[in-house]
Amino acid sequence: MHNKLLVGTRKGLLIMARDGGDWRIESAHFEAIPVVYAMHDRRTGTLWASLDHGHWGGKLQRSHDGGASWQEVAAPKYPEGATCPPDFTTPATTSYIWIIEPGGADEPDRLYIGTEPGGLFVSDDGGDSFQLVESLWNDPGNSQWFGGGRDYPGICAIQVDPRDSRHITVGISVGGVYVTEDGGESWQARNRGLYADYLPDPYAEVGQDPHIVLASPSNPYVLWQQNHCGIFRSGDAGRQWHDISDKQGGPAGFGFALAVDARDENVAWVAPAVSAEYRVPVERALVICRTDDGGQSWQSLRKGLPQQHCYDLVFRHGLDAQDDSLAFGTTAGNFYVSDDRGDSWRCIVNNLAVVYSVRFM
Amino acid sequence: MAQVKFTPNLRRFFPDLCDCAVEAATVADIIAAVDQRWRGLGDYIIDERGCLRKHVNIFVGDQLLHDKTGLSDSVAADTRVIIVQALSGG
Repeated sequence: MHNKLLVGTRKGLLIMARDGGDWRIESAHFEAIPVVYAMHDRRTGTLWASLDHGHWGGKLQRSHDGGASWQEVAAPKYPEGATCPPDFTTPATTSYIWIIEPGGADEPDRLYIGTEPGGLFVSDDGGDSFQLVESLWNDPGNSQWFGGGRDYPGICAIQVDPRDSRHITVGISVGGVYVTEDGGESWQARNRGLYADYLPDPYAEVGQDPHIVLASPSNPYVLWQQNHCGIFRSGDAGRQWHDISDKQGGPAGFGFALAVDARDENVAWVAPAVSAEYRVPVERALVICRTDDGGQSWQSLRKGLPQQHCYDLVFRHGLDAQDDSLAFGTTAGNFYVSDDRGDSWRCIVNNLAVVYSVRFM
Repeated sequence: MAQVKFTPNLRRFFPDLCDCAVEAATVADIIAAVDQRWRGLGDYIIDERGCLRKHVNIFVGDQLLHDKTGLSDSVAADTRVIIVQALSGG
C-alpha cells in the first residue's frame, strides 16, 4: 500500500500521508507558486517538481530527502535557432514544463521532460543537465502540431516501456502519439484509428489531441488515451487505436484525466466532463468511470462523490491509481480518494487551489 | 557604474540578493553581471533567447526598457536600473 501522495496545485505542492485509514496533509512546499507536476522517481527516491512561476518562468526542483529540502536545477533550454511549431516564426523557449518521467530501471540517471512548445528533453546525469531530443523535435510532421488551450503544443505524456527502455511512447497535445523503438533515434507517428473533429481531415495522421496517454504496466503494448475527441485504446503499441468511448449513453467520453491498473491491462479509469464546449461534469454530478473489460463497457462510480452543483474538472495529471487505491483532485480544489478501485470515495479536503497533478509516491 | 535594484520578491529565491553597482554598457551586460554573482538569477529575468520574460519589467532611469528582446538599451554611468515584476492576476 502506498502511503504518500504528491499533489501539485496552483498554490504549491502538498505531500499527503496516509494516517490510519485516512489521509492528511503532511507538508506544503513552494507555497503560492503554481506546481504543474510532481512525481517520485522510484529508482532513486528523488522527488521532482515542475514550477510555473507567473513572472520568472518554468523551473525544476528536486529533493533527495523526501521533500525536507529542495534544490533548484536548471530548467531545460531550447537550443539557439529553435522556433515554435507550427509556423516556426517565434523563437522557442521552455514556456511550460508539463511532465517529468524517469527513464528505465536499467538507466538510473536518465530522465525525460515534456515541455511546451513541444520539445522532449532527456537527461543522462540525473537531471543536472538536459538536451532536446532533436529527432522528435524535427519530425517532418511538426508543422501539424499546434497549441490547444495553450499557445503552443506540449508533450504531456511520456511512457517508457519497463521491459525495454528504448521503447518510448509520447503524447503531444496537439500533435498525436509518437513512438520510438530505438531509444529516440527515430520516431513514428502512431495515430491510426483516432479522429479529430476540429481538423479538415479528422483522420489525419498528425494533428490529433491526446490529452494523456498511458501504457498498461502489465502489458505495455496496451495503450490508453483520453483524447480531446473520446477515449481510445490500442492493443499493439499504438499501431491501431480503437474508440472505446461509452456507446451506451454513459458519461465516459470527453475529459482529460486517465489512470490505468498496473495489474490488469483491461482496467482503466477516466474523469468525464460533458464536452469540449461544456467543460463541466455531466449533469453537474462528479463521477469517475471504470472499465474492467478493455473499454467494452464502463461503470459510473459515484458513491461518496457529490452529485449536484459540481463544476469540478479533473486535469490530465489529476488522477492516479496504485493497487486498489485511487486519488484525484479537481479544478475546484476538492480532493478524493478510494481504496476499493473507485467503488466508493471519500473527500479528504476541500478548498485547495486548482489541482494540476496527483501522483502516488 | 549602474546602480541596480531588484524587486524584493526575488529574495524568496535568492535570499542574499541586494542592491549593487555594476559596470555595464547595456542592460544585457547588467543581467550577465548579476547572474555571475547570483548564479541562476538571469533565468528568472530573461528566457533562454535572452528576451525579457513576459511579466518582468526593467526601468532604466525612469524609462521602461525599450529593447525587450535584445536588452540593448544603453546604460549611462550612475543610471539607476530597477528590475520589477509586472502586475498580474491571482
